[in-house]
Amino acid sequence: MTQLILEQALNGLQFGLMLFLLAAGLTLVFGIMDCINLAHGSLYMVGAYFVAAATQAADSFWIGLAVGVAGAALVGLLLEVSLFRRLYRRDHLSQVLATFALILIANEAVRAIWGPAAIMLNPPEALAGPVEFSLLGDAFFYPAYRLVIIAVGLTVAALLYLLVAKSRVGMWVRAGAANREMTEALGVNVRGLFTAVFVFGAALCALAGGLLGPLLAVQVGMGESVLILAFVVIIIGGIGSIRGALVGSLVVGTVDTLGRALLPTLLRATLPADAAATLGPALASILIYLLMAGILFFKPQGLFPARA
Amino acid sequence: MAFYRPARWQRPLALGLFIALTALPFVLEAFDQSFYIGFATRLLIFALAASSLNLVLGFGGMVSLGHAAFFGIGAYVAAICQQAGINEALLVFPAAMAVAGLFALAVGAVSLRTRGVYFIMITLAFAQMVYYLFISARAWGGDDGLPLAGRMTLAGFSLAGDNSLFFASLAALTATMLLFGRLAQARFGRTLQAIRENETRMEALGYPVFRYRLVAFALGGAVAGLAGALLANLTGLASPNLLQWMQSGTLLVMVIIGGVGSLWGGVVGAALLLGLEEVLAGLTEHWHIVLGLLLLGVVLFAPRGIATLFGRRDG
Repeated sequence: MTQLILEQALNGLQFGLMLFLLAAGLTLVFGIMDCINLAHGSLYMVGAYFVAAATQAADSFWIGLAVGVAGAALVGLLLEVSLFRRLYRRDHLSQVLATFALILIANEAVRAIWGPAAIMLNPPEALAGPVEFSLLGDAFFYPAYRLVIIAVGLTVAALLYLLVAKSRVGMWVRAGAANREMTEALGVNVRGLFTAVFVFGAALCALAGGLLGPLLAVQVGMGESVLILAFVVIIIGGIGSIRGALVGSLVVGTVDTLGRALLPTLLRATLPADAAATLGPALASILIYLLMAGILFFKPQGLFPARA
Repeated sequence: MAFYRPARWQRPLALGLFIALTALPFVLEAFDQSFYIGFATRLLIFALAASSLNLVLGFGGMVSLGHAAFFGIGAYVAAICQQAGINEALLVFPAAMAVAGLFALAVGAVSLRTRGVYFIMITLAFAQMVYYLFISARAWGGDDGLPLAGRMTLAGFSLAGDNSLFFASLAALTATMLLFGRLAQARFGRTLQAIRENETRMEALGYPVFRYRLVAFALGGAVAGLAGALLANLTGLASPNLLQWMQSGTLLVMVIIGGVGSLWGGVVGAALLLGLEEVLAGLTEHWHIVLGLLLLGVVLFAPRGIATLFGRRDG
């Protein structure tokens, strides 16, 4: 049981860190420009496909990852310059419509180029096996690749935190999220800043997509489900707040993973077997939405509201 | 946005459209094109669903990204009623409206405490909850959805024929449009639109803002439930796909391209989007790309929607 909990807690941490990579870009786009980007999940999907294609071409996962992330950043740049700039000053409905259209285009383009079947992406061979730990005298195995994901996620999260909390650019970003007009009036080039944030967000999406590629299938529509999770994260954390995105993604990642793993067992112990069999999976899958509704009920602005 | 006021030529146009639609099944039969009656019924049902969202979004100013939940619940209520042996639409349709409406009341009571983006996201979250609940409910078919054994009867008449279901959908849409058209100009609709324009002022004037919004939200949910029950009869399946957030997005897109807050926005949008799908799907396998580009074009060049031509606005 301890092993199961530890393993699932690590899985939750890993999932949460990947969610953070997605949510970080999204929350800044949301927070600074007040722009709803439903197509953020499509950047994740496109990034994952780029990584998969580049990995197959270069025959090296790490080269593929770098090339894929760069490619997704380029796509982000093109999108920002050609479309999103026109959307910032429009109402939320226009943004929803435009980015919904982008989802349709992205899904169909990917299907046209790579076909409808899912692409399998293998982790680098050196990391394919499990790592053995000793835990209170017991042997404990955990996949090496997942550990690397956790390490990369932690590193990126730390760098991002330093960048946003300690650097001058990060100060502009935070100021933009708190009050865009005032920041502009003080002479910060918010437009250029935002292009940079958007491109950076796209690169983080592709990084998450590429890292998760070997664990999940790379397929059309993979972006939509994860997009909703990223939204839940930034709503829980408070729109525009990097700290909120980090706390939110760790909470959502852990609650979702542990809920799915442990809730059916717990229910079986307390309820009749058939009731537990129906209720368990249902409750586990809506747990994070219940959490979000509860948090919004008591804190309608999320846990760490960025806007003053 | 200004208050809704019907254009002078709207009433004759709507009447003409109604007469044309009534004659449609017979015309199609005469030309041996009865295949299209199913498509026409689908269009009417989606027009109904989109119009119900338009009440919430256009007149109430509430950007709900979870409307598919009420739509899907209506479909599931129909299928579950039939499973329980109730096959009379006069009982099932009101039941679908009641369940969807009550659920909308509960969702609205929590969601309407939030504003802006948070409202969009919390409605989305509730819809996702419903989606996952039905996906994991094995008694109701889980992933596969719950099939209907056959179409229901309406006041004893079978809806099995394509024409009878078409007329049932036409009647539902007509009644709804008459109701919404009346509501939009009645005290309730005026207040609702005034709240959309300036919530603080209406609050200061002593109007129970929250309650007006909640009633509109629940009414929209109930009508979406009716549309769902009709759709379950048409397709013979209550599918979890109806509950997916992409479905909410599609309804939202219909209202936006049709024209937010104009009475006919939902109808025009549903007709445009489904018609485009039908035409484009015949032309190219990758019609989603063309549709996406067209939607982008609407956002960039016709931001107020198509149906704004149908209603006069002043101010």
